[in-house]
Amino acid sequence: MTATLITSLTIFVLALFVGYYVITKIPPTLHTPLMSGTNAISGIIILGALVVGGASEDTASEILGVVAVALASINVFGGFLVTERMLRMFKRRGGDPQRR
Amino acid sequence: MSDLDVINVINAVYVVAAALFIYGISGLRKPSTARSGNRMAAAGMLIAIVATLFDREIARFEFIIPAIAVGAVVGAWMARAVPMTGMPQMVAIFNATGGIASAIVALGELIRTNERPGGEVEVDSAVAIALGIAIGTVTLTGSLVAAGKLHGTINQNPVLLPARNVVTAGAGVVLVALGVVLVVAPDLTWVALGLAAAGLLLGVLLAIPIGGADMPVLVALFNSYSGLAAAATGFAIDNNLLIIAGSLVGASGLILTAIMCRAMNRSLVNVMFAGFGQTGVIVADQEQRPYRTVTTEDAATLLAYARSVVFVAGYGLAVAQAQHELRKLGDLLEGNGTTVRYGVHPVAGRMPGHMNVLLAEADVPYDQLYDLDDTNREFGQTEVALVVGANDVVNPQARTNPDSPIYGMPIMNVDEAQSVIVMKRTMASGFSGIDNDLFYMDRTSMLFGDARASLRSLVAEVEEIINDG
Repeated sequence: MTATLITSLTIFVLALFVGYYVITKIPPTLHTPLMSGTNAISGIIILGALVVGGASEDTASEILGVVAVALASINVFGGFLVTERMLRMFKRRGGDPQRR
Repeated sequence: MSDLDVINVINAVYVVAAALFIYGISGLRKPSTARSGNRMAAAGMLIAIVATLFDREIARFEFIIPAIAVGAVVGAWMARAVPMTGMPQMVAIFNATGGIASAIVALGELIRTNERPGGEVEVDSAVAIALGIAIGTVTLTGSLVAAGKLHGTINQNPVLLPARNVVTAGAGVVLVALGVVLVVAPDLTWVALGLAAAGLLLGVLLAIPIGGADMPVLVALFNSYSGLAAAATGFAIDNNLLIIAGSLVGASGLILTAIMCRAMNRSLVNVMFAGFGQTGVIVADQEQRPYRTVTTEDAATLLAYARSVVFVAGYGLAVAQAQHELRKLGDLLEGNGTTVRYGVHPVAGRMPGHMNVLLAEADVPYDQLYDLDDTNREFGQTEVALVVGANDVVNPQARTNPDSPIYGMPIMNVDEAQSVIVMKRTMASGFSGIDNDLFYMDRTSMLFGDARASLRSLVAEVEEIINDG
């Protein structure tokens, strides 16, 4: 086991705990936006995809990286935009004068 | 700046991005802070991407920048075009793209290290790469099957292959075996490809036996997997932000999976491997029990003079496209001084929280939306409960009949309200095939007909009563 692995595992376990405590506070009303929002956040893999796809080392891995960049971008853009669209629908009572 | 300085700056930006993700998600604890939370998370993503572009390892931009543009256009188009009823499919597709992107990056990292002169994949990286490939590929095909079932392109009924659990277990064993081989001999790229193929097969085998009603569980589970795949790949390429963001998503999906299982009173193992329909659909007792019906006029009178009303809205409401009619009825009653609440059971939609979004889309204010526990606290003081498009989640058998398959499932206790109106097409039983005791209670009246048409005439009748006031 390397020191890097221990550091990574520390971060992983702590992040799981943070995730647990943050997510359990989210009310059922917002569980769908939560899922689309986390879809966007799992697009974080774009960071790895950019490095693999832009490295100019080996053609096969570069092609894979570029494909992964496109797929991860779908998550990032689609996820955040659809979450925004959904959350815009949640209005407080009498909060919207245009209510028919 | 030296290379080391650049790496330090990028990592510092990643810390800020991680903080923005966590703070952004926690914004979702209230509808009023949710939008700014979402934007905060998006800002975190933006700075993380921009910082990564300064990575010295990135030598060429001519392909990755157009790739971002393509993904952005496709994602933005999907986000705009999807109807709210189609949200579960879309989340399933995003689970698929996120999962497979992680698997592809893990595979690319393996190939690139192996191709490097003197390059050698360390054991811990190889474990992470194997996990990233396995989880990511299972997530891709499993989610696509789930999306197909939700969309109706694939038969919604569970497809039960002969000896399917043996076949699935076999595929699982092959997957694990190939993973172990890859860890021992990471220079064998073909093993990684075999692992990917096994993962793709396993994903199909896991999803195909699961019926339409259990899809919320599956979608939540793959939501978790898509995050865990990113975290695993983060281990492989030593990227802390991947680990943090991936485990946040992983935790979120797992919690939602647990919530959905609890709401259906089933274990995850039961959902995944029992195959719906085997858990004990009982043949309802054949004798016809008497029930009461009510006319639209009488139902309208009951509602118009009630001081407190709870609408229990199930997915049948959305199937009938009647959310707007229900909201109009709610507005009318509230304008007349009635307290109106909308009770939403966790399994009311096709994914966690789905029904709430569909009601919000119909302009129901979020402070009128009540979850299971809050709604149940209100029924004792409720004069009229109106049940639309819901069946099993209001069946008192879940509390009273230990022999019932739904016994122990948390339900809406509408039978505690002074009177209950159930809107339904016919007396046919619900998804689980269980007779509903609620329909035969003295305080219950059945209002038969299409939900949308019935609600429309209810609105007209109530309007008349109020205007004649």
